[in-house]
Amino acid sequence: MDLHKKRKLVNKVALGLSLLAMAFGLFWLAWVLATTLKLGVTGLSWELFSRMTPPPGASEPGGLLNAIVGSLIMISLATALGTPIGILAGIYLAEYGRHTWLGQATQFINGILLSAPSIIVGLFVYSAYVAQMGNFSGMAGVFALALIVLPVVVATSENMLRLVPDTMREAAFALGAPKHVTILKVTLKASMAGVVTGILLAVARIAGETAPLLFTALSNQFWSINLNKPMANLPVTIFKFAMSPFKDWQEIAWAGVFLITLGILGLNILARLFLGNKNKQ
Amino acid sequence: MARTNPSRTLKAAMTNTEVSTFTDQTRHKLGETVFFNLTRAASLLTLLLLLAIIISLIHGSWPAIQKFGFGFLLSGDWNPPLDTFGALIPIYGTLVTSLIALLIAVPISFGIALFLTELSPPWLRTPLGTAIELLAAIPSIVYGMWGLLYYAPLFAQYVQPTLNATFGNLPLIGALFTGPMMGIGILSASIILAIMIIPFIASIMRDVFAVTPPMLKESAYGVGCTTWEVVWYVVLPHTKVGVIGGIMLGLGRALGETMAVTFLIGNMNTFNGFSLFLPGNSIASALANEFAEAESVLYTSALLELGLILFAITFIVLALSKLLLLRLSRQAAIKL
Repeated sequence: MDLHKKRKLVNKVALGLSLLAMAFGLFWLAWVLATTLKLGVTGLSWELFSRMTPPPGASEPGGLLNAIVGSLIMISLATALGTPIGILAGIYLAEYGRHTWLGQATQFINGILLSAPSIIVGLFVYSAYVAQMGNFSGMAGVFALALIVLPVVVATSENMLRLVPDTMREAAFALGAPKHVTILKVTLKASMAGVVTGILLAVARIAGETAPLLFTALSNQFWSINLNKPMANLPVTIFKFAMSPFKDWQEIAWAGVFLITLGILGLNILARLFLGNKNKQ
Repeated sequence: MARTNPSRTLKAAMTNTEVSTFTDQTRHKLGETVFFNLTRAASLLTLLLLLAIIISLIHGSWPAIQKFGFGFLLSGDWNPPLDTFGALIPIYGTLVTSLIALLIAVPISFGIALFLTELSPPWLRTPLGTAIELLAAIPSIVYGMWGLLYYAPLFAQYVQPTLNATFGNLPLIGALFTGPMMGIGILSASIILAIMIIPFIASIMRDVFAVTPPMLKESAYGVGCTTWEVVWYVVLPHTKVGVIGGIMLGLGRALGETMAVTFLIGNMNTFNGFSLFLPGNSIASALANEFAEAESVLYTSALLELGLILFAITFIVLALSKLLLLRLSRQAAIKL
């Protein structure tokens, strides 16, 4: 075989394999989503949203009400706690600290925290909070989730603020605006879409986090909105129910998986659309 | 990096001119001081978080460190009722599953990045890229539950017998593919891990491929290179630092992945051989399974030490990844 033919063949094989790799990736996505959709929809019922998680071998159908409410409470509090600090730190990194040691060190460390195992965050909150207070609590879960929100928001706000052209800052300075006014009224406003996208992605990230909740919020079979007591939440309930041998528990777990997946994919797509639309304007 | 910060010089110029009234100036100065320190405190808090995590893990694992010393890393004896603990089996499980996951994920991510940057028609790039990124958005627990109930049975029925028949009789590596075909175990967990880290590696590879200067690529096409030759001999050498950074990021993710592995690895704390079909344990899944139930101080402390080891390994891997990616972006900034 001459060289020309061989090179063409190698090219064809390589590109064919890359097509296969793409198909491989899509195949798993389709399989996971199809299973979740099929079993989730069959598991959906009115009871899911109106009843508490059932005890083992219950005669009446159970639901996920306490877990859904618990998750919503913890996710909103964690977002409310982590987002302002994250945006402020992002502002520092992009506007004040670009060339300072603190800015550079924080940026580097934040990149590591972003990908650090979430179970470590759970361990940290356990030793720093749960062990000191003496019991598992919803508040500990909130802290753990907030610590996961923080690096996501820091990274996205910093990146989005950096995308704002310096000419806009200069224009504001030329009008006599002090730096903090420039940041709050010009650069932050210009990058609002990106910052909001970051928050949406952070919420999507913590919505499915199980590992950091296992030994902070634990879970609760009963209705409880007391933040100082263990609090029911979707991920840990799913974990417990999925590992169980009971058929009705597994069905409820699938319905829970369906709800979480739907919520997370929805948030992801929303975030992308949001950013995409703003970019076009 | 030598570029002067325009905002800073402007600010200096602004404070020198006496345009605003005195009260305005003091009010603005106060506001500026407050706001600046607020943002600096938030940034410092992020930095201190890391320190706090390290300190609390070391503090919590101190009893185990004192009791077992360095031997903790080398002993495979994990026996909670007798209060003897050794980390070798979870460390082995963590490293082996992550390594196999990388072996599978790297070539496939490369293929996906190649497809997205060179092969795909432009209108398909965004939707396909998003689809691959959605793989990363699916929560770990979903992979775990689906993996245990749907993927593992099929894996045991079709994939494991095929692997056993193909490789089982070869010398050396044959031993890796023998043993009970249960669908759960080290190999099974590694494959799910691979699927979970593909989106991270693929999206970094795609992004760094995109920073290759078009001039370089077009020169190669100009002398008659095929697409594959351009990617293999031009794009890849040009971006290899970033590609390695992406792989390290994937490795960092794989090392700490918890829920999916917990469902699939089998959570076995004894070593029964090197076969990849056998169940094992990883640091993260040992923590997920045992931490809430750990009774004695020493047990909790040994688990915290496992967490400390995991954090140390991932920290090194992720720091390396970050440094490599920074180096590539500096290179790109200089060339532009």
